[in-house]
Amino acid sequence: MTTTLQRNPEPDLQSLLHEDQLPTWLPRTLVAGAALITIALVIGTSLSIAQAVLIGWLLTWSLPIASRVVEGGRKAADRTVTLLVASAFGLALIPLGSILALVISRGAPQLNAEFLTYSMRNVVGEGGGIYHALVGTLLVTAAATVISVPIGLFTAIYLVEYGDGNRLSRWITFLVDVMTGIPSIVAGLFAYALFVIFFGEGIRLGIGGAVALAVLMVPIVVRACEEMLKLVPNELREASFALGVPKWRTVVKVVLPTAISGIVTGVTLAIARVIGETAPLLIIAGLTDSVNFNLFSERMTTLPVFTYFSVKFPGVPPEASIDRGWGAALVLIIIVMVLNLIARAVSYFFSPKGER
Amino acid sequence: MAKSIDVSDLNIYYGDFLAVEGVNITIPAKSVTAFIGPSGCGKSTFLRSLNRMHEVIKGAHVEGKVLVDGTDLYAPDMDPVNVRRLIGMVFQRPNPFPTMSIYDNVLAGQKLNSKKMKKSESDDTVERALRQAGLWAEVKDRLSRPGSGLSGGQQQRLCIARAVAVQPEILLMDEPCSALDPISTSVIEDLIHELKTEYTIVIVTHNMQQAARVSDDTAFFNLAGVGQPGKLVESGRTEKIFSNPDNPATESYIQGRFG
Ligand SMILES: Nc1ncnc2c1ncn2[C@@H]1O[C@H](COP(=O)(O)OP(=O)(O)O)[C@@H](O)[C@H]1O
Ligand SMILES: [Mg+2]
Repeated sequence: MTTTLQRNPEPDLQSLLHEDQLPTWLPRTLVAGAALITIALVIGTSLSIAQAVLIGWLLTWSLPIASRVVEGGRKAADRTVTLLVASAFGLALIPLGSILALVISRGAPQLNAEFLTYSMRNVVGEGGGIYHALVGTLLVTAAATVISVPIGLFTAIYLVEYGDGNRLSRWITFLVDVMTGIPSIVAGLFAYALFVIFFGEGIRLGIGGAVALAVLMVPIVVRACEEMLKLVPNELREASFALGVPKWRTVVKVVLPTAISGIVTGVTLAIARVIGETAPLLIIAGLTDSVNFNLFSERMTTLPVFTYFSVKFPGVPPEASIDRGWGAALVLIIIVMVLNLIARAVSYFFSPKGER
Repeated sequence: MAKSIDVSDLNIYYGDFLAVEGVNITIPAKSVTAFIGPSGCGKSTFLRSLNRMHEVIKGAHVEGKVLVDGTDLYAPDMDPVNVRRLIGMVFQRPNPFPTMSIYDNVLAGQKLNSKKMKKSESDDTVERALRQAGLWAEVKDRLSRPGSGLSGGQQQRLCIARAVAVQPEILLMDEPCSALDPISTSVIEDLIHELKTEYTIVIVTHNMQQAARVSDDTAFFNLAGVGQPGKLVESGRTEKIFSNPDNPATESYIQGRFG
């Protein structure tokens, strides 16, 4: 029996490659329409915002359905997933947006020159400011950074450049992972216990707060720096070795400059992560109404602790104190945002030339 | 200037794995020696053992002797860092430092070692190295631009300039043209011709025509079999290896019957 290969008749390319498509303006129009309907429902009916948004969201599903009818399964799946991803993004933005809106609306009216330049010394009721807490936050966080960045960076350098997966570096990695999980209150207790050894019970010091924050920061800094150092291509290290450059100079002058932008970003994120810590500072840095520039003596208030006490123990009448709490919270958020902007600027200016 | 290399009974390991076995070869001064052979036979490994770059890989080590003008590079009192200053290297993929300008890339050997240099002295070094690498005319107006902004062929010549700027005695090149277009390749081949008046050059290439064009001597490496270590099959004057090799394996490789 012989079989001959039968070639299909010449296919018609036009019909083969053609695919029905929704008009390009339709998706945008549908989404805009759903948004308009949502707004109309909120204004025109007694539905709550959540209900209206839910109805609007359900309406956007007309897009994948229309796509299924007109364009077929593959594109409908694409549009479905796009819609899901966009919805998840919107969902994630809700808490961020509502926190920002709340803090700005309640905190912004507090921001004025007096609020930023006066402490709470001898203030009862209205007036006063957060100068002492601002100073405290900046000093304690700066000291925590000064302590944790060298430790974290050197640890990361050891792990990536020298450890090479040996037993010690595996142990360090394990311990860093454990440290990442330390609850912040435990870090505070650790710092307190540490300073009690030297100064006795009841000690309250700014530097103690810095130590507690550093305990929280070190693992974040190690992780961030480690990832950044690993990203530096081995070829650059070899190029440097081949020029007769010793290993330590290679690390200092080739590896670190290449990774610096990522390292700066990682450190900033670590700072942003600990600057809002309250619990450890309650224990070891304490609360005071006066400005204290000395990390090594007396109590030191920070913004989160100030906010906590302003809202929790407002005194009588409570309004002024609670308002100050919102103002302090807003200032804290602004500091974190400024830090992020600085990190971006720094990583822009330090990033390898030619790759901007 | 320019030194010869004598290798005797060199075994090269990655951990327990013997990658190259029993190499005996003399590489003459002020000439170009090409290493050819199928991929995986240990050409790069052997080349990297000549300036002690091999040992930067974890667990990698060698047995045997590598003598440069009679001095054993692997003697216990030798510092690999100093060895690499004497014996420069150009890699397969161009690897200029992305954080440095063209100017700083050429001076990388000095700058990374924090060598103090007068401005005029470093200007001279940069110009001389870039001229030797045949790159001066193309970059002299943009020395402060980043090195990573150059084309692949220019980057490779920048790496050559960087290697010659530290004035080594010997220059090792591992397939320096394999990532380059034919025009850049021929520029670099011309360059090798000029450099050999001052340097001892060893070049790995998988391109037989290139070996025939640029080299005075040729060494053919081969694998004895799958899982076996690579070996130096034969070496000698390039004309002889290409026209009348002693070993039938060399002949069939050169005639393109395998590899
Ligand atoms: N970093 C390394 N670790 C372990 N084995 C390696 C490494 N590099 C190369 N090898 C092995 O050494 C042998 C020779 O490789 P190589 O020198 O790169 O060959 P060539 O350059 O001739 O293609 C190969 O078997 C390869 O798998
Ligand atoms: Mg190779």
